[in-house]
Amino acid sequence: MGFKSHIQVRNLNVYYGKNHVLKNITVDIPDKKITVIIGPSGCGKTTLLKSFNRLIDLVDGVNATGEILVDGVNILDPKTEVVDVRKKMGLLSQKPYPLPMSIYDNIAYGPRIHGMRNKKELDKIVEHYLREASLWEEVKERLNEPASGLSVGQQQRLCLARGLAVEPEIILGDEPTSALDPASSQRIEQKFLELKNRYTIVVVTHILRQAKRLADYILFLYMGELIEHGPAQEIFENPNQELTREYIRGIIS
Amino acid sequence: MDFRKIEENFFKVLMIFSTLIIFASLFWILIIVAIKGIPAMNLAMITQAPKGGFYLGKEGGILNAIIGSLLVASGSTLLALILSLPIVLYINVYLTKKSRLAMFTRFSLDVLWGIPSIVYGAFGFSIMLFFGLRASLLGGIITVALLIIPIMSRAMDEVMQMVPIELISASYSLGANRLETALKVVARQALPGVLTAVLIAFGRGIGDAASVIFTAGYTDSISFSLFRPVATLPLAIFYQLGTPFPEVQARAHASSLILTIIIMLISIASRYLTKKFKSFVVK
Repeated sequence: MGFKSHIQVRNLNVYYGKNHVLKNITVDIPDKKITVIIGPSGCGKTTLLKSFNRLIDLVDGVNATGEILVDGVNILDPKTEVVDVRKKMGLLSQKPYPLPMSIYDNIAYGPRIHGMRNKKELDKIVEHYLREASLWEEVKERLNEPASGLSVGQQQRLCLARGLAVEPEIILGDEPTSALDPASSQRIEQKFLELKNRYTIVVVTHILRQAKRLADYILFLYMGELIEHGPAQEIFENPNQELTREYIRGIIS
Repeated sequence: MDFRKIEENFFKVLMIFSTLIIFASLFWILIIVAIKGIPAMNLAMITQAPKGGFYLGKEGGILNAIIGSLLVASGSTLLALILSLPIVLYINVYLTKKSRLAMFTRFSLDVLWGIPSIVYGAFGFSIMLFFGLRASLLGGIITVALLIIPIMSRAMDEVMQMVPIELISASYSLGANRLETALKVVARQALPGVLTAVLIAFGRGIGDAASVIFTAGYTDSISFSLFRPVATLPLAIFYQLGTPFPEVQARAHASSLILTIIIMLISIASRYLTKKFKSFVVK
């Protein structure tokens, strides 16, 4: 392949109990681009995304085989320190979940865990990442108030800032706009487009138009199989597979 | 009127009636306790130890029992908290939802919850005999702690089970390990519930007579020693009611009033604290 890749997936199979959720996935996620995972509901999009930072570990009876190499390290190897893997990736979930603490502490949570104790440094980090997520102006007067008091759109930007504050190389988005109003969704999309020069971004979406707006690279999953992947333009304009064509035309969904 | 409407109204009236019974019972108890307790109530009741013996004494107060009860209840609540928090954090953060161990722990706690307090008292007493200990504050604290651990743990467990998995995922995805997630996120999200659980357990501990009758004993003097017997309010009521003298029986009602007021204050504090810490909770 012609691009560098943080995340390389090799023969990944994921089972939930007897359910074979991901089947033999092999793909490289391109660096510093937005990769969008599309496909009908229940096709394994979110599972694939959550395999990248091993959040699938939380599912009962999960079993994964194959390899996911993040910077060359197989994260499915039991010896891999899962905390180090997760630190490399920020996650935006479907519904924003701020931590049950103040706005300031939400951002400082990650840096503090990773050893940052200096109050002045923390102040700088908090301001920097809140600005990065375009939230600073809205919250600078009330940093010590509970994060749960923010609007849903603001909460999602807070979650973005919180993730960025850990200084990841990768941002994962699991349908990150699905709980947001159109204006807030647009702001998040805008953020992704701004951030893609510096971060590798992987987004799951079921909204085709969003995929078209964001994607540099597309993975199309269907019933747990990776049907097709490639640069967004190619996939949208001239897909190789009949299934992909049908999905993009809206015949299957 | 059609049948469905009658049905609807019938059950509505039934529900309102049942609800009213709750208020009625509360007010009835309060009024009886107040009517019978207030005549024997005076400043000496809460500022002095009994004079002339708790059984026959008509003078002095029950400060010994108030202090004793607060010591037993606080000590046992603290001890129970130290043991309950690790239990609930372990079964909620470290074990999965379907874990057998978590299921068995919950089952055990439920069984322990149902065991009558006199059985805890007898159990504590036989353990103390085995070790050659006398009835003491320490014995009372340990026995009452055993009694309230299941209550406290299960009450905390119920709120911790409600913590959304996505919130836990959010903490993990920032690189937090399980301990950090348990202490900084799960415990914090569940904090209002944890406080309520602690205060419910305290209320249960301070009001229980059967668990302390053999283990904490009773004394007329004010004692702070862990290794000597202490008086407690429920037992003060029990002994005073058992006398043949109407004056002393009236003092039992005054003691009931004091205990009831303490428990009411705890309930109000619990409401207030729960509300205060709720603002940080993520919905």
